[in-house]
Amino acid sequence: MSEEVDLGRRRLLTTATALTGAVGAVFTATPFLASWKPSARAKAMGAPIEIDLSKLEPGSMLKVEWRGKPVWVVRRTPEMLKQLDQATPFLLDPKSDGSVQPEYAKNEARARNPEYFVVLGVCTHLGCSPLPKFEAADVTVSADWPGGFYCPCHGSKFDLSGRVFKGVPAPANLTVPPYTFVTDTRVMVGSDTSQTA
Amino acid sequence: MGNDSQTTSQAGGLWGWINARFPLDSMLKEHVTEYYAPKNFNYWYVFGVLSLVVLVIQLVSGIFLTMNYKPAAADAFASVEYIMRDVEWGWLIRYMHSTGASAFFIVVYLHMFRALMYGSYRAPRELLWIFGMLIYLCLMAEAFMGYLLPWGNMSYWGAQVIVSLFGTIPVIGDSLSEWIKGDYFISDITLNRFFALHVIAIPLILVFLVVAHILALHEVGSNNPDGVEIKKHKDANGRPLDGVAFHPYMTIKDLWGISVFLMIYCGIIFFAPTFGGLFLEAPNFDPANPMQTPPHIAPVWYFTPFYAMLRAVPSFAGTQVWGVLVMFGAIALLFFLPWLDKSPVKSIRYKGPITKFALALFAVSFVVLAYCGMKPPSTTLLLTSRIFTVVYFAFFLLMPWYSRIDAVKAVPERVTYNAH
Repeated sequence: MSEEVDLGRRRLLTTATALTGAVGAVFTATPFLASWKPSARAKAMGAPIEIDLSKLEPGSMLKVEWRGKPVWVVRRTPEMLKQLDQATPFLLDPKSDGSVQPEYAKNEARARNPEYFVVLGVCTHLGCSPLPKFEAADVTVSADWPGGFYCPCHGSKFDLSGRVFKGVPAPANLTVPPYTFVTDTRVMVGSDTSQTA
Repeated sequence: MGNDSQTTSQAGGLWGWINARFPLDSMLKEHVTEYYAPKNFNYWYVFGVLSLVVLVIQLVSGIFLTMNYKPAAADAFASVEYIMRDVEWGWLIRYMHSTGASAFFIVVYLHMFRALMYGSYRAPRELLWIFGMLIYLCLMAEAFMGYLLPWGNMSYWGAQVIVSLFGTIPVIGDSLSEWIKGDYFISDITLNRFFALHVIAIPLILVFLVVAHILALHEVGSNNPDGVEIKKHKDANGRPLDGVAFHPYMTIKDLWGISVFLMIYCGIIFFAPTFGGLFLEAPNFDPANPMQTPPHIAPVWYFTPFYAMLRAVPSFAGTQVWGVLVMFGAIALLFFLPWLDKSPVKSIRYKGPITKFALALFAVSFVVLAYCGMKPPSTTLLLTSRIFTVVYFAFFLLMPWYSRIDAVKAVPERVTYNAH
């Protein structure tokens, strides 16, 4: 055996060992990092829900919790639907091009059926829950308020279709979740297809 | 030195027995009795020791809180009330911890301002400064996660706002915030993991960083109000001429500082634990309610300067990630401070009028932004926040320029010190 140290061989072995160790570290990290993802139970609890609308009066709003978020159903009166046109010139995204909603809700009423407005009551700014301020000229918002939703956290304003006004922190309209009508007065939130899970 | 260590190892008794097996004596010498601190330290230099005192308070009170606290959405709020009402002296332990959180930020902010004034971040103390900044980051993570634990409504919605900051990151944002929460919303699962991070993961990192911070300090030696290196002038024994032993000279002085601190701290615990809603916010006396946002969400005071910046930036190009970038940028810039300051002198004492004005303006912008971040949004406050966000960033981004052209005074060879 030679007394000379083969430095090249030593370097190769050191590098190979370090690389093998690094790959091992990645594999070892995977279960720990993956354990942070929503668990099977959390996923099951986030399944679609059915809401009964038969007792909802015109002009009033129903709040239901789904995935910890408030889901709102507003039964809009014809007058409320008329207010939508008046709000349009002041909106940031009146056609909902930059907002999240299913294809069937990408219209002025942002709904499958304009009478029932289904939306997540979560501000697109930082996740606060806006307040319903349906009355026009509500002094708690402003004198020229056309009626809609007002976020108390950072002052974002939305119309009665959850469309955001210009010049507020929220970058997009309120998000419309996937939903479908099981019957005329029963709506299922969280799924597009009418088959019940 | 060589003679010293020999006598130590030959000393008999328990002391000698230990030192033959563990470097207790040499460690005490290196870090306490023969660590030479500049003799011209003023009272700005107590805040490092005070941070250490508050760390110990938080660790001890925190350990005792975990003995009665339950990290579950169904029990958390009630278990905090149980600590407050039924556990003997539980209220005191909890108020020590909640007041300690604010006290931590007060002493750390003053400690950081001291470094800004006297150029303590300059070479060779860059790594010392970076360790300090990492401690500050850990402290913010620790405070944020700890704030969720009482499961009050402000805890809940504050966490909601902060976690959704990660959701604004393009492409990966949504799955990232889902991964952090472990659910589709802030839930029992989120509370449970924040508890684990708050009581063990981050404190471990924090303690490790504090050790690194102190080791780095003792390696390079302390800066001082004159910003001169005391190691340049040593006596025949190799001791800095302008240095005094940390113990007993600085320990005595620090004890005085600790006494004053404890008087104020205890005063707040006993007479004003909520501190007018600044240390404990009123909406947090309501349990968490995912369906009901408090009328006005504001973080605790120590986060409000950054929160004001977040709110000051409007959304642009369909995303509001810009506000988040500005907010994190405000903290990231601090890391680069050692390389932004091009002044030939360290201490504010020998810097020129531009730097003095810039530092004063920076301090004002921090306080004004803190105020803006606490208040509900309004057009006046929005404009004020925008102006002072620009001032805050200008302090750092223009520093390479103004620190170079500013007039400087001659720095003395030795520290200025009048015996008294």
